[in-house]
Amino acid sequence: MSTLVEKQQLKRHEQRQDRDRAKAAKAEGWRRRGPLLPALIFTIIVTQLPFLFTLWYSLQNWNLLRPDGDAFVGLRNYIDIFADSTFRQAALNSIIFTLGCVFAAMVLGIVFALLLDRNFKGRGFVRTLLITPFLIMPVASAVLWSVSMLNPSYGLFNWILGLFGIPAVDWTSSFPVISILMALVWQWTPFMMLLVLAGLQAQPKDVLEAAQMDGAGWWKTFVSITLPQLRRYIELGVLLGAIYVVNTFDQIYLMTAGGPGTASANLPFYIYQRAFLGFDIGQAAAMGVIVVIATIIIATFALRLIFRSFDVKD
Amino acid sequence: MAIDTATAPASAAGRSEKAPKRGRRPSSLLTVLTWILAIGFFSPVIWMVMTSFKQESAAASNPPTFFFEPTLDQYRAVLEAGAGSYFLNSLIATGVSTLLVIVLAVPASYALSIRPVKKTQDVLFFFISTKMLPVVAVIMPIYVIAGQLKVLDNIWTLVVLYTAMNLPIAIWMMRSFFEEVPGEVLEAAQMDGAGLLKTMRTILMPMVAPGLAATALICVIFAWNEFFFALNLTAAKAATTPVFLVSQMTSEGLFLAKLSAASVLASLPVVLAGWIAQKQLVRGLSMGAVK
Repeated sequence: MSTLVEKQQLKRHEQRQDRDRAKAAKAEGWRRRGPLLPALIFTIIVTQLPFLFTLWYSLQNWNLLRPDGDAFVGLRNYIDIFADSTFRQAALNSIIFTLGCVFAAMVLGIVFALLLDRNFKGRGFVRTLLITPFLIMPVASAVLWSVSMLNPSYGLFNWILGLFGIPAVDWTSSFPVISILMALVWQWTPFMMLLVLAGLQAQPKDVLEAAQMDGAGWWKTFVSITLPQLRRYIELGVLLGAIYVVNTFDQIYLMTAGGPGTASANLPFYIYQRAFLGFDIGQAAAMGVIVVIATIIIATFALRLIFRSFDVKD
Repeated sequence: MAIDTATAPASAAGRSEKAPKRGRRPSSLLTVLTWILAIGFFSPVIWMVMTSFKQESAAASNPPTFFFEPTLDQYRAVLEAGAGSYFLNSLIATGVSTLLVIVLAVPASYALSIRPVKKTQDVLFFFISTKMLPVVAVIMPIYVIAGQLKVLDNIWTLVVLYTAMNLPIAIWMMRSFFEEVPGEVLEAAQMDGAGLLKTMRTILMPMVAPGLAATALICVIFAWNEFFFALNLTAAKAATTPVFLVSQMTSEGLFLAKLSAASVLASLPVVLAGWIAQKQLVRGLSMGAVK
């Protein structure tokens, strides 16, 4: 008898302990979550909530210029986009700007980083010069390139080409994509250079010396030892660079306004045009949604890379 | 050619006594090349600064004017065009948003590193994914909502948006700095019975102070240079410096010298900050991944 009562008491006691433990774990969970919540809630409200509206707008026929107001049109905006050749052109330009800029900036960045990874007089000063283009306000650098550098009648670029007997070129109208790429590469090379330089300096010096002792030439050492070591840094630079460059707006807005025609418009600029100059909110919203979906697809691959680079543990 | 000369040290290394000075000539050749490339790369900045000290006639001349009597007229003109109020707006948007980012990011990154919540990786994934989403996809609703709330052309709207823009970067960065704090230090503090806030103030914050500076620097750079939101959401009252620059370009024809002076003034704060804090820049740009 007594054992049964004891057993029951014990059981009740254990239950209570379990409950207390669960309560404590819950409290601990909230104590851990607490500091995170303000930032999380703020980010959700400011970045995710508007996107729900974008989704809603994308299903409307809503043009601010037409007085008949908005009407629900289902997926018609999306169907229109797939028939829109300008959208495809803008998508292609987005890819060209992003890949072109990231690749060229990375190659130049590696060259500069290799040159800086030596001891020489004025090294700090040279590095300071080289990082400056990244710090210049993008709007200012767009003005600098489109006017001071590339203006057909008094730009510095044509004058230098003229010294070699090459006739003047109207860069921003004849080669709008290349002109914008020049400004973009100039801005992003320092970014790549700094990342690669950090990678070079993290390189174990004894391995390099051993390679040199073995009589490996500069090129061989670079390809078989330095480059694999740099891989993580290069991946990171390409990835972070792409995240920023794909959203390029300032240079396009100021240098070519997406022109001539829509020859140099990328997706952000084209959507901006449709929304704020064409007042076609429904169409623009649908384009925004498509861009977001494409971004999510690419990002899921990219994020795996990021987590590898950052060694995120769960 | 530079590659060929660089192989020389390998053979010179055999003569061990001269080891520190080995390959002197080829390396000085490389140094000259480095200087030429660096100055070439930097030359657009030199040209911008030179143009800002010219008269308009000399700024847009063909052939370009290299020798001229420098003048401060353009800077005077820029200030008279009312640059001051735009600068003030930029200062508020940048300063307040950076402060807010730090206040939100420090506890959040603490909860993602030192005392991590359960789904740390998912939360980090979420934050970084907001950076990948194109701003242009949300500008329309933001514009419409801001219009309804009557906060268009209001500097505080930009403050909120810049905070959201920089918060994910700051959280990732601060997290990487917190991860570096050795566990023993925190345990010792707990043994001493120090509370969370005290541990924060007396142990954690001093240890991550350089990281905090790097984070703030990156936030300042991106907020100061931001143009897209400022262009679409502000008008006469709350417009920031980049908008001022653009207004100089379109409203009254092209005055290149004046425009250059405005560009120099607009870029100066961030350029100086970046020059001074070069070490922090690398870490910040890689969101803490590169030390």
